[in-house]
Amino acid sequence: MVHPTSSDTVPTHPIRPAPRLSMRTRSALWVWGFLAIPVLFYCVIRFYPTFNAFWLSLTDWDLMSEAEFIGFENYRRMFADPDFWQTFRNTFEYLVFGTPISLLIAFVVAYYLDRVRFAHNFLRALYFMPYITTAAAMAWVWRWFYQPPPTGLINSALGEMGFGQIEFLGSTSNALPAIMVTAIWAGLGFQIIIFMAGLRAIPDTYYEAARIDGLGEWTILRKITLPLLKPTTVFLVVFISIAFLRIFDQVYNMTTNDPGGPLGTTEPLVLMIYQTAFSSYDMGYAAAQTVVLFTILLVVSLLQLWILRDRA
Amino acid sequence: MTSVTETPGLAMSRINPGAIIRWTILFIGGVLMVTPLLYMFSTSLKTPGQIYDLRLIPAEPTLANYIEVLREGDFMRWFINSSIVAVVVTLSNLFFDSLVGYTLAKFKFRGRRFVFIAILSTLMIPTEMLVIPWYLMSAQFGWLDTYWGIMFPGMTTAFGTFLMKQFFETVPDDFLEAARIDGMNEFTIWWKIAMPLVTPALSALAIFTFLGNWTAFFWPLIVTTSKELYTLPIGLTSFAVEQAIRWEMIMTGAALATIPTLVIFLVLQRFIVRGVMLAGLKG
Repeated sequence: MVHPTSSDTVPTHPIRPAPRLSMRTRSALWVWGFLAIPVLFYCVIRFYPTFNAFWLSLTDWDLMSEAEFIGFENYRRMFADPDFWQTFRNTFEYLVFGTPISLLIAFVVAYYLDRVRFAHNFLRALYFMPYITTAAAMAWVWRWFYQPPPTGLINSALGEMGFGQIEFLGSTSNALPAIMVTAIWAGLGFQIIIFMAGLRAIPDTYYEAARIDGLGEWTILRKITLPLLKPTTVFLVVFISIAFLRIFDQVYNMTTNDPGGPLGTTEPLVLMIYQTAFSSYDMGYAAAQTVVLFTILLVVSLLQLWILRDRA
Repeated sequence: MTSVTETPGLAMSRINPGAIIRWTILFIGGVLMVTPLLYMFSTSLKTPGQIYDLRLIPAEPTLANYIEVLREGDFMRWFINSSIVAVVVTLSNLFFDSLVGYTLAKFKFRGRRFVFIAILSTLMIPTEMLVIPWYLMSAQFGWLDTYWGIMFPGMTTAFGTFLMKQFFETVPDDFLEAARIDGMNEFTIWWKIAMPLVTPALSALAIFTFLGNWTAFFWPLIVTTSKELYTLPIGLTSFAVEQAIRWEMIMTGAALATIPTLVIFLVLQRFIVRGVMLAGLKG
């Protein structure tokens, strides 16, 4: 009697379709499967363009003819160009005045707003709202505010109060501060929220101990709040500095009739880059300008790491 | 225990002149902050003859400007363009940032540190440096003046990836191990087990990415050339330049560009503020 049992037809281990992958190999397959598209993205959309920008900065290229390698000629031209230095000065003017003013206002508002209980969310919303608006749209509102009388709101109000008019966007000395105010206004909401988060993160026990010791409010602020808030402050200084170094939307929209004007007194680096690349199609020269911007931003970021190094 | 700590309730019930003055000053400051928004809306409701009137409340509010702007401009088109761009980029970031963040946080593999540092290092590269190569790339592949051309640079970001990695690190390994023993594959574990545990981070990332792309200006300005492809901010700029000194029309356009973000803010205020705090502290 012959029974067709399984042992007749198949070897001892009935289910063995393929050699098993080890756990490690399988895990690695999943990992690189997950990472494949993003890694490709970073290579093609981030790293290659970075190197490409460095390379282009060493060429002369107007998009029409072939790019021609010219070494450091673009950089030599830039450092000899008074317009570049004016732009450089303008950019640092935005940075040097804009950053401390933003920081001070944001801290003072956050410090007091944090302790307000009555209608707290409402007040916070008032301060935060400008941050989520479109910079391009609000730049036009501010541009209207700054118009000469009778159109501009500020000058009309000054007139009603019996003051003389102020020239804002048409003046070589007032235009940059006027645009800077718009940029400060747009960023405050974010900075206030970050400061408030930083203030909340300070444990109450510090304050209680200070009160038991009979320290006054001013001393508590100087000896406890500000030192413990240092990481937040450093983060914001860098964040705001980078934002001012990259200022563009407001300047572009508030000076469309004469970009960066009057007489280039409001023109920041990014606007210069935009015009060199997309108005003059001087791609190599524009790339060299972006490399300079990159270097400045890198120095600022490294300074942050250096200041915070002892905390790591 | 200290017996006399100031609790918020007590502080409020006590009439404290200092507190009232501080509140009033904060309130005035807050009103100043929203003044540009108030005047923008106010002027958008005024007739051309009334715009020199400084009063905030228009004498005879009218929607005529809105009707004219919507009829003349391509605002509806730009609104749709901005929505498509912002939604697609946001979905892409939610998917890829969290997938990569999860992989970096929860898998041990050769090259993990290298991949992480490589991604993190792109935070140092400013967009301005990349736009020229992106522009040349787009010209070569025919991406100029297309939706894809506007969207491709932001499909995944180092900031989002880093944020998600930080949050996935708080997910206990036991959860994932249990699912592995149950025979789930790794993709399902990520999607079904890990993702629901980080929804606060996902919503923060979604809000940031959406608002960031909705208000983006520099790259869309470069990559779009035809009116039909403009996003709302670029469209508004071109519209405002055309209108020259018709400020009531420009204010109406600005209001139309601002209303969507304000609506989002008013509806999601709590999430947005929490998201800013989360990202600011973790990022």
